[in-house]
Amino acid sequence: MNRTVLDLWVGLFVIAGIAALLFLALKVGSMSAVNSSDSYEVVARFDNIGGLKPRAPVKSAGVVVGRVADIRFDNETYEAAVTLRLDKRYAFPKDTTAAIMTSGLLGEQYIGLEAGGDSVKLKDKDRILITQDAVVLENLIGQFLYGKAQEGAPQ
Amino acid sequence: MLKQAIENLGNRTVQGVWRIGFAARFFLATLLHSGTAFRRFGLTIREMYFSGVLSLIIILVSGLFVGMVLGLQGYETLQTYGSEEALGILVALSLVRELGPVVAALLFASRAGSAITAEIGLMKATEQLSAMEMMAVDPIARVVAPRFWAGVVSMPFLAALFSAMGIFGGYLVGVQLIGVDEGSFWSQMQSAVDFEQDILNGVIKSVVFGVAITTIALFEGYDAPPTAEGVSGATTRTVVTSSLAVLALDFVLTAFMFRGIN
Repeated sequence: MNRTVLDLWVGLFVIAGIAALLFLALKVGSMSAVNSSDSYEVVARFDNIGGLKPRAPVKSAGVVVGRVADIRFDNETYEAAVTLRLDKRYAFPKDTTAAIMTSGLLGEQYIGLEAGGDSVKLKDKDRILITQDAVVLENLIGQFLYGKAQEGAPQ
Repeated sequence: MLKQAIENLGNRTVQGVWRIGFAARFFLATLLHSGTAFRRFGLTIREMYFSGVLSLIIILVSGLFVGMVLGLQGYETLQTYGSEEALGILVALSLVRELGPVVAALLFASRAGSAITAEIGLMKATEQLSAMEMMAVDPIARVVAPRFWAGVVSMPFLAALFSAMGIFGGYLVGVQLIGVDEGSFWSQMQSAVDFEQDILNGVIKSVVFGVAITTIALFEGYDAPPTAEGVSGATTRTVVTSSLAVLALDFVLTAFMFRGIN
């Protein structure tokens, strides 16, 4: 076969392959919108994080504003230290509260941020002081049963 | 009688080990003599045409159908749990992580790998390789290395095309035919598929498969007995061995790559 025809076909093949890779990267994978360059990190401490996982979304008013970057156990306070990577475009007051919520009944867990009223904004490496733990279903059922037993007890 | 059986077993083991050693040396020689494949890049391009471009049709068509079947079956199952919108995640993750690289590699092994073995086996049977050596042309550098690099470069492109085509097939069936919401199909897919964890690992897998398939195909051809029967046997062995190698390597790679995720 003619050399140029061959080159043309292989060139087309390579272009198609690169286009497919780009399609996978951009359309299917959405090269993560929150990069490390235009984001800042804050730490929130929880007594119990339930089933929260790294890369879980951080939402405020239902809008994704960042992701969970890292979860580690603090052996001195016996708490979970969760690092949140937030988009630089969004600034939150210093007294923002972080709560671990569940989307739907059995859905994935995410962190919900509720802005406070402070005029000072959160900066990189700051700590969110007010947090609310994940709801553990077993504890909830335990409390419910305990309450029922109390009700039924003879006066 | 028993002695004969034990002797047979020993002989087979020695033969097997010898062949593995020969294959390893062959692989090393291919890498060491790769200079020509890049200096005379036209040779590699020619082989890319035969193993890459000519495999396109089978890869694209089977990718489309695999994606469409995934769309149908996934919808059937997800519908039971009322989460049809997760169809995009199911189709994209199963294609990008596993099916794309593996099925594309299996097709590549049977489409291009067998052709490579038959070609080199026949070159050997008709003493073209010996003739090259007589003319002081290194057959490994001239014949083997270009085919090796062509396969290694083509494989990730073929796997990516397979995955892209499959996702398109899943989109056709899921969104256009069944009527899953288009917005949630793509947005859930985008939030679940990670570039490094999923797509890049899929590409790494397909490169490894490309190395394994082309090495096996080239070695089988180079090692084939120079008879019609020998070449046909070598072609069969190429398809069987490289398919098994792809599946086994896939397990090993998956165990390393996706251990930490969730």
